[in-house]
Amino acid sequence: MASETLLEARDLTKHFPVSSGFVFGRVQGWVKAVDGISFSVAKGETLGVVGESGCGKTTTAKLILAQEAATSGQIEFRGQDVTSLQKHDLMDYRKSVQVVFQDPFSSLSPRMRVSDIIAEPLEVHTNLSKQDVKHRVGEVLELVGLQPDVAPLFPHEFSGGQRQRIAIARALATEAQLIVLDEPVSALDVSIRAHILSLLERLQRDLGVSYLFIGHDLAAVAHISHRIAVMYLGKIVEVADSLKLCNDPKHPYTRALFAASLPSHPDEEKEELVLSGEVPSALTPPSGCRFHTRCPFVMPQCSESEPVLKEVEPDHWAACFLH
Amino acid sequence: MANVPQTVASPVGSPIAQTARKGWAFAREAPLLPMVILASILFLAIFADLLPLHDPEVSVKDKLTGRPVAGTLPPAWMDGGTWRMPLGTDFQSRDILSRVIYGARVSLIVGLVGTLAAGAIGTVLGMLAGYMGKWWDQVIMRITDAWLALPTLIFAIFLASIRGAGLWNIVIILTLVFWSRYARQVRAEVLSLRERDFVKLAEVTGASRVRIMLKHILPNVMNTVMVLFSLTIGVAIIIEASLSFLGVGVPPPTPAWGLMMADGKGPLIGGDWWISVFPGIAIMLLVLAANLLGDWLRVRLDPQLRNR
Repeated sequence: MASETLLEARDLTKHFPVSSGFVFGRVQGWVKAVDGISFSVAKGETLGVVGESGCGKTTTAKLILAQEAATSGQIEFRGQDVTSLQKHDLMDYRKSVQVVFQDPFSSLSPRMRVSDIIAEPLEVHTNLSKQDVKHRVGEVLELVGLQPDVAPLFPHEFSGGQRQRIAIARALATEAQLIVLDEPVSALDVSIRAHILSLLERLQRDLGVSYLFIGHDLAAVAHISHRIAVMYLGKIVEVADSLKLCNDPKHPYTRALFAASLPSHPDEEKEELVLSGEVPSALTPPSGCRFHTRCPFVMPQCSESEPVLKEVEPDHWAACFLH
Repeated sequence: MANVPQTVASPVGSPIAQTARKGWAFAREAPLLPMVILASILFLAIFADLLPLHDPEVSVKDKLTGRPVAGTLPPAWMDGGTWRMPLGTDFQSRDILSRVIYGARVSLIVGLVGTLAAGAIGTVLGMLAGYMGKWWDQVIMRITDAWLALPTLIFAIFLASIRGAGLWNIVIILTLVFWSRYARQVRAEVLSLRERDFVKLAEVTGASRVRIMLKHILPNVMNTVMVLFSLTIGVAIIIEASLSFLGVGVPPPTPAWGLMMADGKGPLIGGDWWISVFPGIAIMLLVLAANLLGDWLRVRLDPQLRNR
């Protein structure tokens, strides 16, 4: 795999203020949605990010997409710091980084034709003539396995899977180098998921794009990702090669995640590991290791100090005192 | 798996032909009664000059003497009535039928132009408040709130007394009265639209705010604006009639329904009911048709009702 780093996040933090009162509310506390995470995505690589609802996956995506400003930390794209970019330079970044959202029924404007939806990034970022734009729209439609003559149709004339293909086509229009996939298959029928996932794989092979694949469906994430980062309450608790993580998860939370996922065959033997309780509030995260309140292997030191992410095996990082 | 077979049929005909076909299919769904009423009123108002009608502003002359017909004449089917003036005449011997038909022009112009102008201003301000947020929202919405608190008719009379009577002044008055309703409604719609993924997608792509408002927000609030438009037309026509009735609207001798009703309010007590009843029926029919159509549009275009 190409080892050239495309995007690198360092110590990325996003805290949302929680204020009370009507007009002049005082800040009561901070929701630590993302709390000091670091990761990198290489060229042509897929980094999967998994975790349950509220773990900070989507906030991470928003930070990468420059929709939210990070509280602290850096995002480097091709060696350039993105967090300090001003409006002008930001446009170049926005051209190279695109997103595909979860719900293809919400992400395509019901009042725009497919051709206009796909052409929008081209109109914003390039000075192509109408003829060239039309040509490019046909090109990317073919790339995602749709006929170019669907361009004048409206989104409601398509199925969910086809709509998601249109969303992917739009992301490809300006030859993006990184596509953030925010649960791109969660809203689709199971039979369609495999189609979309293999389409994404084929596009990566042919075009060399990188993906940041966010999801909670372990099977889908494991299938498409080269490396996987597991998040819990705004922290990355484990990062490893996809195969290593699936075959030998180190962190108890990762193990519980795998234990909770549906087996691919009813006779398959699985580890029994059911977590009790709810995810604690990100407003007042537990002391020490954030997972200690639910961890089946909790030790006294877990509530006192916070384990750091360390390399427990080559290219396998985990933040747990067990290792 | 490289290509999934596609089942999407290719579109038939040019986009314009498609739009025209859709528009026709849409119109055919509309309820018959209001469409018939509106179509006939529109037809009469537009082609009034071509119809064999008496001059609405001049007394009808007696055929034999050549002098104005004295006094009021009742409708044709009553004693003393004549088919030359089917709905009778008013106290100045002007033909009621002709005045009712010409009066439709005033009501339609004022109703349509007034609500259109109010709709345009209100939609722009509502979009700015809803999408730009922050102080845009604060400033625009506080003005809108204050505006909505003004009693409509009193405010209109106040404006009329400043601006004076006249057709286009009424249009301006109606615009000033109604824009705030649009602003409020559109803002509410935009607040939910701006959270939709297709707007987020445009933001991530780097589209400018103006572009997002024009290409993504505006087409999606047009349904709401259309419904509001059809529902305010009726109110606008009533307000125009009320202002004319009160003498601060269209100046005489222009035939306007409100003015005709005011003319007839004295004779009404004396038994000459036709002077004010016929324009009253005209107002009722037009407003009823506009409201029925608006009601149908509301159900037809409401995304929540339609998508289910």
